[in-house]
Amino acid sequence: MNIVVCVKQTTDTAATLSVVDGEASYGDAALVLNPWDEYAVEQALLTKEAEGGKVTALCLGPDSAEDALKQALAMGCDEAVLILDAVFESADTLVVSRALAAGIEKLDPPELVFFGKSAVDSDTGVMGPQVARRLGWPSLNLVAAIPELDASAKTITVERLLEEGRQIVSGRLPAVVSVVKEINEPRYPSFMGIRKASKAEIPRWSAADVGLSGQIQPALSWPEILAPEKSEAVCELIEGGDASEIARKLVDRLVEEKVI
Amino acid sequence: MDFSLTAEHEMTQKMVRDFAQKEVAPIIREWDRKQEMAPEILPRMAELGILGICLPVRYGGQGMDFISLGLACEELEAVDSTLRVTMSVHVGLSSLTLLQWGTEAQKEEFLIPLAKGEKIGCGAFSEPGVGSDVANIQTTAKLDGSDYVLNGEKMWISLASKADYALLTARTDFEPERPTDALSCFIVDLKSKGVSTGDIKGKLGVRAGSTGWISLQDVRVPKESLVGEAGEGFKITMSGFDSGRYTVAAGATGLIRACVEASVAYANERKTFGRSIADYQLVQAKIARMAQDYEIARLLYLKVGWLKNQAVRNTLETSMAKQFATDASFAAASDAIAVHGGYGYSDEYPVERYLRNSRGAMIYEGTNEIHSLIQAGYALGTRKDRPLRREMPAYEEDLWHSN
Ligand SMILES: Cc1cc2nc3c(=O)[nH]c(=O)nc-3n(C[C@H](O)[C@H](O)[C@H](O)COP(=O)(O)OP(=O)(O)OC[C@H]3O[C@@H](n4cnc5c(N)ncnc54)[C@H](O)[C@@H]3O)c2cc1C
Ligand SMILES: Cc1cc2nc3c(=O)[nH]c(=O)nc-3n(C[C@H](O)[C@H](O)[C@H](O)COP(=O)(O)OP(=O)(O)OC[C@H]3O[C@@H](n4cnc5c(N)ncnc54)[C@H](O)[C@@H]3O)c2cc1C
Repeated sequence: MNIVVCVKQTTDTAATLSVVDGEASYGDAALVLNPWDEYAVEQALLTKEAEGGKVTALCLGPDSAEDALKQALAMGCDEAVLILDAVFESADTLVVSRALAAGIEKLDPPELVFFGKSAVDSDTGVMGPQVARRLGWPSLNLVAAIPELDASAKTITVERLLEEGRQIVSGRLPAVVSVVKEINEPRYPSFMGIRKASKAEIPRWSAADVGLSGQIQPALSWPEILAPEKSEAVCELIEGGDASEIARKLVDRLVEEKVI
Repeated sequence: MDFSLTAEHEMTQKMVRDFAQKEVAPIIREWDRKQEMAPEILPRMAELGILGICLPVRYGGQGMDFISLGLACEELEAVDSTLRVTMSVHVGLSSLTLLQWGTEAQKEEFLIPLAKGEKIGCGAFSEPGVGSDVANIQTTAKLDGSDYVLNGEKMWISLASKADYALLTARTDFEPERPTDALSCFIVDLKSKGVSTGDIKGKLGVRAGSTGWISLQDVRVPKESLVGEAGEGFKITMSGFDSGRYTVAAGATGLIRACVEASVAYANERKTFGRSIADYQLVQAKIARMAQDYEIARLLYLKVGWLKNQAVRNTLETSMAKQFATDASFAAASDAIAVHGGYGYSDEYPVERYLRNSRGAMIYEGTNEIHSLIQAGYALGTRKDRPLRREMPAYEEDLWHSN
């Protein structure tokens, strides 16, 4: 079974976002494999271990994103491809999903494409469903378990994790599956994997390589990004002899502050 | 000169960090209080390959280099010293000593299971009456037919009660020409008849680890257990320290980093006199000192790792790295407690554990006083490296990665 896992490079979860000259900035925060994507990689590897085949990690990103792909290789993915082109610099989700779908169509046809639930930085959570739509495949998102997968009958059954509980959904392969962290416990890379990954030459595909040409215009732009004013909280303890005295003082203070 | 780490090094660092932070950090206080080693730690380190990190693939290891070993030790001790102590004795004192001095048959029988983490190794040199003065070791090994018969007591041995094998130094020559000719090294199966082991309780630090004693009463080991030649024990023990001390240096560097991180977090959160304590220059001076020591200690150990990769003798550099990093880690932990005020004095915060743990590393693998003597000896020209009959091989990808 050919399996693709889409991964993004993001800052780690400890990074804080600020606005520098009208641009969103994470400063020099460490870049990692998007933490949600570790679950997608793990699920791809578990599926391969059960079904045979190979796992290809696919990423659209800048030069540095190669490290995220190396992390995926070190965990055990067989191959990796980086889609990299200057035309993607101000991409929105519509552009990214077009490029990823085009990249997937250029690979050996997969039965399953895994995504993480969302990327911890821009966090739109739409990439899996959008890519599914572009490929014309079923989109199974918020997946917390895959109780059935039948490669010969080309069927899949998943449990979707909803606020109200779990929903069982069946679909046909090929399919796009976005996973939540309840689905598995991601493995650490092995040293063997690390050695293999560090030597890997990761192919780079341009927009033209995946068949995208002409103007690749994002539908969205964000001309200005503003940081909300920091609100300073001050704690004031109101003391008094008994509850009614404290309550009276509190009301006076609230009136004074024009809260009531 | 290139100071950058390779992708391989960075991934190694992250992998070991993730393991230590996710699996050990949440439980370490509890086990430190219990004065026991969490039972899942050794099997988990084995499973992840950490226990064989820098040994050649054909001897069951993971084929990483010496810098990776150092980076792993830094990450492990940033969480708890006991994790790194395991590396010092299992990888440093026993596995690497076998790699350097062992016969092919010994590597087959002992090194492969050690590197795979199926067996645990320790280094048994110190005794109730002998620590610094290694040449004065009293445990005896007498040849009797095709066996050596061992008698004596080893003391302060890390992992004594957990280990399967000990790289052990004993006296084989009772009228030696020079005192250092009297000793020989053995690889001893601790399941042998006549061996008993136990843990020492009430230690100041490394409480979540095992430090104990090994008693040997008429323990028969086959002649083939002799590591190196008879009379080479002193040299072999010293070269084992070149490996072990490197891990101590790298680990202590991680402990300094942990002190910086804890102090920065606390300083930003704690307010006195209406201001964050991070605003006060006396607090800043402490943090700056720790941050500087971290950088120095890191440069020293990474240089040693580089020397080891090239198979350049590094006894002096290793001694300097070990002494500097361990002294600095004790100072950093003490300053971290100062930054934390009263809270630093309780195990609600980790810094008191850092202080207790850091003190041990100034004693084992050569007390820091002995390290001053070693370094002075080199500076004064009274001590010189002589070639060894068996040198630690350089890290060459062919040798390390072939099956
Ligand atoms: C501050 C900021 C705000 C932004 N706001 C918007 C916005 O509002 N709307 C918009 O359209 N774009 C926005 N973007 C651009 C956005 O970063 C990219 O369009 C991005 O790829 C969109 O997906 P996501 O990161 O939200 O992924 P999600 O949909 O949250 O990610 C789901 C999964 O998709 C996969 N995935 C995501 N991106 C990639 C990739 N590049 N390569 C491979 N796999 C991937 C991963 O598996 C991930 O787990 C913004 C960028 C920045 C820096
Ligand atoms: C937690 C822990 C773990 C240990 N793990 C191991 C292990 O795994 N394997 C092992 O074999 N041993 C181990 N040891 C033992 C350790 O190596 C010895 O304690 C150490 O070498 C010092 O020996 P000693 O205790 O006999 O002290 P001594 O040698 O008796 O020294 C006492 C004091 O005198 C000083 N001193 C001694 N000689 C001189 C001199 N010539 N000049 C100046 N000062 C001198 C020393 O520096 C020290 O301050 C461990 C110890 C501890 C605390």
